[in-house]
Amino acid sequence: MRQDPTRVVFSFRPVLAPLLGLMLAFAVLPAKANDSTVVFSDTSRIASIGGSITEIVYALGEEGHLVARDSTSYFPQAALKLPDVGYMRALSPEGVLSVNPTGILALHGSGPKDAVDVLKKSSVAFIEVPEHYSHEGILEKIRVVGKALGVDAKAEKLAVEMDAKLKSAEKQAASIKQRKRILFVLSTQGGKVLAAGSDTAGDGIIKLAGAVNAVEGFSGYKQMSDEAIVTARPDVILTMKNAGPPVSEDELLANPSIASTPAGAARKVISMDGGYLLGFGPRTAEAIHDLAVSLYGSQVTDQW
Amino acid sequence: MADQSIAGAAGKVATAANGDRSARARAVILLLSLALALSIFLSLTSGASDASAVRVIRDWLTGAVPADAGLAARDQLIVYDIRMPRVLLGVLIGAALAVSGAVMQGLFRNPLADPGLIGVSAGSSLGAVAIIVLGTTWLAPVTLALGTLALPLAAFFGGLSVTLLLYAIATRHGRTSVATMLLAGLAIAALTMALTGILIFMADDRQLRDLTFWQLGSLAGATWPKIGTVGPVILLALATMPFLSRGLNALALGEATAGHLGIPVQRLKYTAIVGVSAAVGASVAVSGGIGFIGIVVPHLLRLAIGPDNRYLLPASAVLGASLLLIADAVARTVVAPAELPIGIVTAVAGAPFFLWILLRKRGIVDL
Repeated sequence: MRQDPTRVVFSFRPVLAPLLGLMLAFAVLPAKANDSTVVFSDTSRIASIGGSITEIVYALGEEGHLVARDSTSYFPQAALKLPDVGYMRALSPEGVLSVNPTGILALHGSGPKDAVDVLKKSSVAFIEVPEHYSHEGILEKIRVVGKALGVDAKAEKLAVEMDAKLKSAEKQAASIKQRKRILFVLSTQGGKVLAAGSDTAGDGIIKLAGAVNAVEGFSGYKQMSDEAIVTARPDVILTMKNAGPPVSEDELLANPSIASTPAGAARKVISMDGGYLLGFGPRTAEAIHDLAVSLYGSQVTDQW
Repeated sequence: MADQSIAGAAGKVATAANGDRSARARAVILLLSLALALSIFLSLTSGASDASAVRVIRDWLTGAVPADAGLAARDQLIVYDIRMPRVLLGVLIGAALAVSGAVMQGLFRNPLADPGLIGVSAGSSLGAVAIIVLGTTWLAPVTLALGTLALPLAAFFGGLSVTLLLYAIATRHGRTSVATMLLAGLAIAALTMALTGILIFMADDRQLRDLTFWQLGSLAGATWPKIGTVGPVILLALATMPFLSRGLNALALGEATAGHLGIPVQRLKYTAIVGVSAAVGASVAVSGGIGFIGIVVPHLLRLAIGPDNRYLLPASAVLGASLLLIADAVARTVVAPAELPIGIVTAVAGAPFFLWILLRKRGIVDL
């Protein structure tokens, strides 16, 4: 052994730092927050986080309670007058608290987690509204929002109304014999096609409109290979506007793999407002209807 | 003791032994400390809400009862639980990033070196991304057990393991080759980025957005428990840095010369690397990616006070802390009540500034 012992001892000193950190980490583990508020005790100043939540509050005629919204809440137009606390997934605790809310009504997925934890700690009531991309999911959202605002009866009425509208929209879709295959394209940045797989709002709306998601085998939004696009054989390309960078129709159709599909050959691209198409809120029945009409034309318009 | 005086002599050689310069450096450090105090005060009093830190603290000190109890409680929460931990975290992280940048630049004798270069940041990112993406599936037991600390801890150990691996690769027969370390660092950074890429591919829509925001960096997640976790790590790492300054000065003359001057070069490298990875790993863990502090601050200070690490390291800590606090104040207020990711602010301000430094330096240092 050439090394002298003091040197060995010294060289381990810096390792103590992380170890100490770890020990401290365990010492200060936060207690699990178990918040199960479902009704706001004070509905005078509500911050609405999530486009469809804001829409539901307006549909219930309860917009008088709102004092703030997030950046995804751009419908109805009147909502734009409310202060914008930022993107629902990148909230800042002080920003939200600066509007002095008595309650925060947030769509599932609002965050980041740390910000939400601080908000919960602030004793401002925080209610998270679940989201499922389905008929039932929309009704559930309406009921949860109504309960939170203490207008259960109003919400139930709206839910029943929505249920009927959705059923009628779905009935039209159900009568379609030849279902179209749809490729939902979220973005085409750098020529890469980001398509909606299962468990996405895009997939949900395609199914409700009586069509088939041309994408199989993955969930979420994923980049698709040219070959997979050709194999998917979509009849229609569905894109959204007013939400992020627009998808250029020309750029889409210039893509050789898309051009080779039935959708490309027929130049069939449908572009709809993002919040309207993917919101899963009060306007979804209309969105389903509009999409179905764009897809099947007179086959569905008669019965609406 | 003999070691130190020789190393001290080396430090003086490296800085061309100039008394004026050290007086000037002390004055600059004093001035920067005042600036830091001012930045702390401004950060505490500014924000999206009108909560006044001065009033809250005065009420607390004098025991005065505010007129509106509800509002007072809100302001107290904003000042004590949102702004204070955030400001403290900003000071710690700003200091950690700037000092780490200065130490890396000295260690690698390369003005472009920063902690990102040897893969510390990439390793931390991998740890954090793994928690974000796998936290609900394979790693669910880990995230359940650790709660909100799972991400910082994973990021910290990601950075530390990359560094230790690197050290093991670059060390042969008790000697660490800085060149090997740099090259292996590039390779390991590439590998960790590829692994991160796999995780990003596996991520769902929501996780992808979380990742994007995490990578842009933010101090918004500052809470007292987090300071309890990373604070001691950063402080301990920072505390070792002053002991490195003489060695780094000597190292500027070359490794062999530093060795002949009695600097324990091997030990210096090891301490510097473990210290930097602890400081940076802990910082990246809580704040995500915050660029340019580590590279801009030491460069700026070298222009002002020269390359003597005995002054450069503490000055970097103070200036790094102030700059990050100012960047955070901008991030918090410019689009209030929303908030910008701080990485955007530091990059927008830092990148053009760095170009300016490069252009200025072109005559002196040929990169």
